[in-house]
Amino acid sequence: MTTITVADRHYEPVIGLEIHVQLKTRTKMFCGCALSFGEEANTRTCPVCLGHPGTLPVPNAEAIHFALMIGLALECRLAPRSIFHRKNYFYPDLPKGYQISQYDIPLWGHGRLGDVRIHRVHLEEDAAKLVHAGGSGRIHGAEASEVDFNRGGTPLVEIVTEPDLTAPEQAGEWLRLLRATLKRLGVSDVNMEEGSVRCDANVSIRPAGTADLGTKTELKNMNSFRFLERGIAAEIARQEGILHNDGEVVQETLHYDPATGALTPLRSKEEAHDYRYFPEPDLVPLVPTVEMLNRARAALPELPAARAERFERELALPPETARLLAFRSELADYFEAALAAGGADGAAPLDPRALASWVTVELVARVGEGDPAESRVEPEALGELVGMVSARSISGSAAKEVLDTLAAEGGRPAAIVEQRGLGLAAADELEAIVDRAIEQNADAVEKVRAGTGKAMGAIVGAVMRETKGRADGGEVQRMVRERLGLG
Amino acid sequence: MSDVLELSAARAAELVRARELSPGELVSTYRERAERDDLGAFLWLPDEPPAGDDGAATPSDAPLGGVPVAVKDIFCVEGTPTTAASRILAGYLPPYTATAVERLASAGAPMLGKTNMDEFAMGSSNENSAYGSVRNPWDRERVPGGSSGGSAAAVAAGLAPWSIGTDTGGSIRQPAALCGLVGLKPTYGAVSRYGMIAFASSFDQCGPIARDVTDAALLFGALVAGGRDPCDATSIDLPEAVELPTAERLDGMRVGVVPELSEAAAIEPGVKDVFGAALGRIEELGGAVEEVSLPHSEHGLSAYYVLAPAEASANLARYDGVRFGLRAEEGDLLSLYERTRAEGFGPEVKRRIMLGTYALSSGYYEAYYGRAQRVRTKIAEDFAAAFERVDVVVTPTSPSAAFRLGERTDDPLAMYMADYCTVPMSLAGLPAISIPAGLSDGLPIGFQITGRAFSESRILAAAYALERAIDFDLAPARRAPGFARAEVAAR
Repeated sequence: MTTITVADRHYEPVIGLEIHVQLKTRTKMFCGCALSFGEEANTRTCPVCLGHPGTLPVPNAEAIHFALMIGLALECRLAPRSIFHRKNYFYPDLPKGYQISQYDIPLWGHGRLGDVRIHRVHLEEDAAKLVHAGGSGRIHGAEASEVDFNRGGTPLVEIVTEPDLTAPEQAGEWLRLLRATLKRLGVSDVNMEEGSVRCDANVSIRPAGTADLGTKTELKNMNSFRFLERGIAAEIARQEGILHNDGEVVQETLHYDPATGALTPLRSKEEAHDYRYFPEPDLVPLVPTVEMLNRARAALPELPAARAERFERELALPPETARLLAFRSELADYFEAALAAGGADGAAPLDPRALASWVTVELVARVGEGDPAESRVEPEALGELVGMVSARSISGSAAKEVLDTLAAEGGRPAAIVEQRGLGLAAADELEAIVDRAIEQNADAVEKVRAGTGKAMGAIVGAVMRETKGRADGGEVQRMVRERLGLG
Repeated sequence: MSDVLELSAARAAELVRARELSPGELVSTYRERAERDDLGAFLWLPDEPPAGDDGAATPSDAPLGGVPVAVKDIFCVEGTPTTAASRILAGYLPPYTATAVERLASAGAPMLGKTNMDEFAMGSSNENSAYGSVRNPWDRERVPGGSSGGSAAAVAAGLAPWSIGTDTGGSIRQPAALCGLVGLKPTYGAVSRYGMIAFASSFDQCGPIARDVTDAALLFGALVAGGRDPCDATSIDLPEAVELPTAERLDGMRVGVVPELSEAAAIEPGVKDVFGAALGRIEELGGAVEEVSLPHSEHGLSAYYVLAPAEASANLARYDGVRFGLRAEEGDLLSLYERTRAEGFGPEVKRRIMLGTYALSSGYYEAYYGRAQRVRTKIAEDFAAAFERVDVVVTPTSPSAAFRLGERTDDPLAMYMADYCTVPMSLAGLPAISIPAGLSDGLPIGFQITGRAFSESRILAAAYALERAIDFDLAPARRAPGFARAEVAAR
């Protein structure tokens, strides 16, 4: 790798991601133990996943099925005959002294998700979990370490991208798409905080516009989207600092501490460079049959990227909104349920753009990151509410008030509007109120006539006060202009 | 000496099934002799002899008739000390039982005891056991061969009716040859490896060591009767059931002699003589003997001693003192690993771990592991070409008869030479059987018959016909236990 010392000092980041995904199979990768979800330590183990003498691995058919689905979803090219390898290193989290993984012939290669190319997708087994007592909670300075083998042998799919990302936010955004895709496939819990998705980032920088790659560093295990983006940003800044001072970036593995923002080199097992890979003699090559591939293909649902595209194409949603919905499958599911329910009975069909905006902005603001289907706001209720706004039978601000109530208590919008008198004032009533406001705000009327648009606010405000918000601001403005002959 | 001892295992099983022999008597006869083992053949006997009461229905109706089997201490048996003759597994009680042992038990062959071996099956003389050498019952100053030395010595001396061993590069065939027995290494994948402690996973196979070919066929049949083991991804269903051999002639059989493996300088003259005589018998029986070449077989040993240690270096990484077996209590993790493995492994095991680790290391992988794999492929191709012309390939089993205890312990390369004639078949994964073909200076010499993959029935048939013609007498080895001890005391 060459060192970058150029005069113009404009650098662009080059980012690749390595993602480990724990598969949601019933049993472990190579034995019959059930997967563990926080059970008491070392209760989900057997002679095989404890690496007892004489035990042998048997590949999990469901894990292979899931890995095939993932490769198809990422548009990868299948290796007709992929090989398991042993990756050798000593560590207490690795009972056999080697991890069964794939090396020179992974199951899948050459794929794509969104605008990022996939380098490879392979199957392997997870290590056990070390629990460090005392000290910082990391191995250094710990008083003792305990091994919990429950996690050991959990099926993992490793997805490696090409270095096609150029900004921390882009990396975060792409990882959200990947996570949405995996979640949609139903192959993983995709929970970053709980470690069912773990992301490492390879980061380097290079003079803007050049094609050479700089020396990369590897950031390990950032366990949230926020930390991933912050960690990458911090590493880019660190590398820029080094190059600006004519230093040299050293290839190393770094741990990002989100609390302090510090990047510290990792020692321990990562120092062992030579994994002495060789073909796993206890397993035969993995040769997916046509039946296996057909079964995986048949199991593929509509994927987030395709769904976003459909929302744009068929519903004319803005691209950004379409992605916001599709990349959170639960949000998109909710949106489609509300759209299907339609507006109030007998009303015109719902405007998808209006509904999408209500879901992605107002609803998300009220129900948070969780699944809105589990909130008190039923999709039918939101559809009805948005229909009322479109039909101008309720104002936007009143609708937000109704949504507050729906989120807190549930119920149907019509009943809440009725009960609170939030419906818009009737046309004749509103006309009288507008006329009165024009009479009572002569100054403002003069200014409006003279072309001072701001003055309109006073007149509209008076109408809103009078109607207690049961009028639509835009409609009121239109009426005032009409009355003043400014149409 | 009881008459029971004169019976082959197959004949004993037949008598039990016919209610003419009580399985209890059978078991107690061998149990009693095994208890008085003075060869170092057994490492462990159960507190209670295996159930073999007259009233028990199972043994009397089961195919193996309650005839107890000695089991190499490389097979895990639940709750039973299993050491692979290594200090590092001292006190280890497996939480599960090997498929092979389970299948034999359910076919009516209870485990008689666990037999001595070279540590982790690494050796050709049984002198690498952490628990002492085994003596050859033909000459107690000589080795029984290895690594399944205890399994062979026990059967030859009449301490066990039959036994199972494992063969990685010759570890069933060579001790069988040196002890005057029949030893079968099945096709790779024929017998489940689940529960068999791994030495070199792509070579290891379990097989029978027996007094005669019929016994070996019967025991092998029971090992594969359950078909492919779902616990072993490399195990395969045999294409056809194992038949007990009956044919006494070899008419029409094309028999290939491999000059590279029968005329090499390393083959002792006495071995060549016995081998030549056996070829004569084959022709008398109607077999057509012709020469076939295995041009790459002379590189077999070199390739084997790269590949097997490479796999072993990974297979033995699990003995780290963390979960089972020996643990050298130490302050930090690295010294726990280092001390446990330094104290737990013997010198030959350490040598092979070092060799294998080196062969897999970055920068050396291609030159060693990669190259050895290509030799392996070439040897398999050599055999395939030979089997275009002949039905079986015959060679001596071992370049020499049983050598003296201590004779080769300081010279690993001389020791590795013991596998010269058996390693090519292991590299190719082919079935091979060794039968006793005669004596040289009073010591048994083995004759090896190799066939195409899964042609066990055919090589058993050939071995049976030849065995009948040779009529080897095993009785001299079956002396009263305690003999050596008394003899030593008298000196």
